[in-house]
Amino acid sequence: MGLVMNIELKHIHKRFGAVHANNDINLTFATGRIVGILGENGAGKSTLMKILSGFQSMDSGEIWLDGKPVSYNGPQAAIAHGIGMLQQDPLDVGAFTVLENFIYGQPGNLSPKRKVAQQQLEKLSQRFGFELDPDMPVSQLSIGQRQQLEIVRLLALGVRTLILDEPTTGISTEQKTLLFDALRELAAKDSMTVLLVSHKLEDVIALCHEVAVLRAGRIVGSMDMPATTTELVTLMFGQELAAQPRQPINANSDDAVLALHKVQLRNKRMKIDNISLRVRAGEIIGLAGLDGSGQEMLLRACVGLEKCSRGQIDIAGRDMTGKSYREFLQTGVAFGAAGRLEEGLVAGLTLTEHIALVTSHQSFIDWNSARQHTEDQIKHYNVRGRPESRIETLSGGNQQRVLMALMPQEPVLMALEQPTRGLDVDSARWIWQQLIERRKGGTAIIFSSPDLDELVTYSDRIIVFCGGWVQEVADMENLTLDELGRMIGGEGVIQ
Amino acid sequence: MRTRSMVFGLTILPILASLLITAVLIMLVGADPRAVFEKVWEGAFRDLRSFSQVINFWIPLTLVSMGLIVTFTAGLWNIGVEGQMGMGAVFATWGALTLQLPPLILIPVEILLAMLGGGLWAALVGILKTRLKVHEIFGGVALNALANIASIYLISGPWQPAEGGSVRATPPFPADALLPPMSPDFGVSLLALVIVGVVIVSVIVALRGTRWGLQLKATGKNARSALLLGVPTGRSAMSAFIVCGMVAGIAGGYRVLFTYGSLRPLVSGGIGFLGLLVVLLVSIRALWVPLVTFIFAAILGGSTRLKVALQLDASLAGVLQGFLVLAVLFSNGLRERWRETNPAHLSETDIKTPESLKADR
Ligand SMILES: Nc1ncnc2c1ncn2[C@@H]1O[C@H](COP(=O)(O)OP(=O)(O)OP(=O)(O)O)[C@@H](O)[C@H]1O
Ligand SMILES: [Mg+2]
Repeated sequence: MGLVMNIELKHIHKRFGAVHANNDINLTFATGRIVGILGENGAGKSTLMKILSGFQSMDSGEIWLDGKPVSYNGPQAAIAHGIGMLQQDPLDVGAFTVLENFIYGQPGNLSPKRKVAQQQLEKLSQRFGFELDPDMPVSQLSIGQRQQLEIVRLLALGVRTLILDEPTTGISTEQKTLLFDALRELAAKDSMTVLLVSHKLEDVIALCHEVAVLRAGRIVGSMDMPATTTELVTLMFGQELAAQPRQPINANSDDAVLALHKVQLRNKRMKIDNISLRVRAGEIIGLAGLDGSGQEMLLRACVGLEKCSRGQIDIAGRDMTGKSYREFLQTGVAFGAAGRLEEGLVAGLTLTEHIALVTSHQSFIDWNSARQHTEDQIKHYNVRGRPESRIETLSGGNQQRVLMALMPQEPVLMALEQPTRGLDVDSARWIWQQLIERRKGGTAIIFSSPDLDELVTYSDRIIVFCGGWVQEVADMENLTLDELGRMIGGEGVIQ
Repeated sequence: MRTRSMVFGLTILPILASLLITAVLIMLVGADPRAVFEKVWEGAFRDLRSFSQVINFWIPLTLVSMGLIVTFTAGLWNIGVEGQMGMGAVFATWGALTLQLPPLILIPVEILLAMLGGGLWAALVGILKTRLKVHEIFGGVALNALANIASIYLISGPWQPAEGGSVRATPPFPADALLPPMSPDFGVSLLALVIVGVVIVSVIVALRGTRWGLQLKATGKNARSALLLGVPTGRSAMSAFIVCGMVAGIAGGYRVLFTYGSLRPLVSGGIGFLGLLVVLLVSIRALWVPLVTFIFAAILGGSTRLKVALQLDASLAGVLQGFLVLAVLFSNGLRERWRETNPAHLSETDIKTPESLKADR
């Protein structure tokens, strides 16, 4: 016992109503291995991981640890058995400080152990190069820092198996490097087992020793690494996905749909001056930059959610400076935020209620037609869920699809934060097909993405954000990923 | 189905538990709980007169509770509902004391005035909240105090009875200004019953079937997302306050136009706060309100005769109410704990704070 840990999942079943989210799952995870859990949106990955980490109960099946069957009720008990998980959507412990959060859940609780805990926190952070200020409120941490805190917290609790559900959505490149180094070290030196759920195949390729693939609740394959992206995609979708050709610029008129004149944006951390930009109908503009370099601020300014401290914003030729979000909406803009359940979707409402909220304009709602409409949208956007499902019961990727379905059909301008966040490769392509469809109708799109590939593939023009500066990429024709990466990192900025 | 029986349990169990604790308490002071409950039962249902007392309590309690369903759905703690009742009463009193109109016109005018008073007072809470970012609990408490001061001032000043000033009550209203009872034996206003029926049905229909109701619900569950989906969340909150205030105003008006026949201080008699308790108890399920308010009205109405009958103080009902508050808090706490240990069930039973409280649908 103790250091080694072998996990066996036997005949695990989990149903949610008609959905068989986990259907007879059999898997073994050996100690010291980093295992990638892959599969399309709604395949049942999160469900399986939640079962293993005690966040969800299973209908039937067994979990064996080191050759013995165990049963536990709740995440605390799972941690006591050495299994800890970082959720897909990080839990919020709002008002607490880093140290308090770190202590939370440790036996013996609070006061006398504060000193000891602080030392332990510092030692663990140092080991992995995490920068965690013990006295900082958790609410002020970035997503990446929260993740680091959660990892050291679980380690301090003696966890031997670490489960990470889509850990690289929303964190910066440096944070990702730190995270991966930490995970590699934990697996190699401490022989911990690491389970990584991810849609980013390059991450999986960089990190994992083996992968297991789920589809519609079943295990459909597994593979030892190394493997190529193509091999993984084939394993996941049963076929290779054709490469998408780069789209030619399709601006059919010269009028600016969106025009920024010497705009200044500022928040507590930074100030960006002198942003000028003209976006024509049908153009796709990508915003590149490290997490929190101001791309989100600009997107929000384009829809009236962020005030410009200077300058002017025109939408379709109308001066909209200082106008409210609702007034922007009326001019035909659409906005999609990165945090689905915080901004955009209402947990507790069903899909039909969401659709009714954005489509019904009469005082009395015609629930039948709203339901019908929802069914159509579910079909069209290929959502795994029913009209009466509550939105929070959908898998992450399916929530993203609903977010798309809620957007107006022919907006003048779409401002999108990370439009394919959490989507599997196939779905991400599909979303882009939808977007490109809309662009043909004249919709201009301005989006941010941490994914350089996505930026280079789909953008007509790219704006790079770096250290309070913005700069447009001059030579789009010959732009390579490497070059873009260097620009984001601050090289070659003309000041 | 499981959720439904759980809702039933979580609504009825706290009531039963507090009845039980009260029974133990009664035994401790040396009385027979059975006799007490019998007396309460008798006090409530012995004859038409005692039953009419129950109904006269049920009417305003149901009105404010239905109003509070609206604000809770929008995620708002409308503590100010007491003051809204109070202002409804004040405005109705003004009509009753000063307007010279035939009863057929006067009474509807009085009720409209009551709605105006309550709605206005609620609008103030709403403005404080949406424009000046004052939390509705603080705004509500302040406006409750102001409404109280206003009525005391009016009673001891401009509306002082002729025989000279005590801070007891205004002069009795002229008979034409009062709501007529259904019959001498059954002292209940038919008009008020009709209004209660209309309010119950309209609130349920509005929350289930209208865009306004859906917008309230979205605002209550996640105002940020609702805003991004194009819901005018500020206007939603404002309208919820005003609707609740108007309904509470009617309840306050009823107290002066029927129950008392004059304006006195603290005319709401804590009914507003009791309404908050009711709505928490039913976890914002509108359909449950009339039943639960009826149970409350029966217990409170029935206890008024305890003193005469058993040498027990009628404040026993207050004690029971106190236990009920504790029981509700306790069962909400239990639910919370249960959610923590079974996060998987999160989506099925999120009933705690107004944000996660669900409207009846
Ligand atoms: N609490 C729940 N209630 C009802 N259905 C649920 C619940 N949780 C998950 N599901 C359903 O189970 C299926 C699997 O969901 P899961 O979250 O495990 O998918 P996933 O593989 O993690 O997908 P993604 O990549 O999009 O995050 C989905 O169809 C989802 O709608
Ligand atoms: Mg998932």
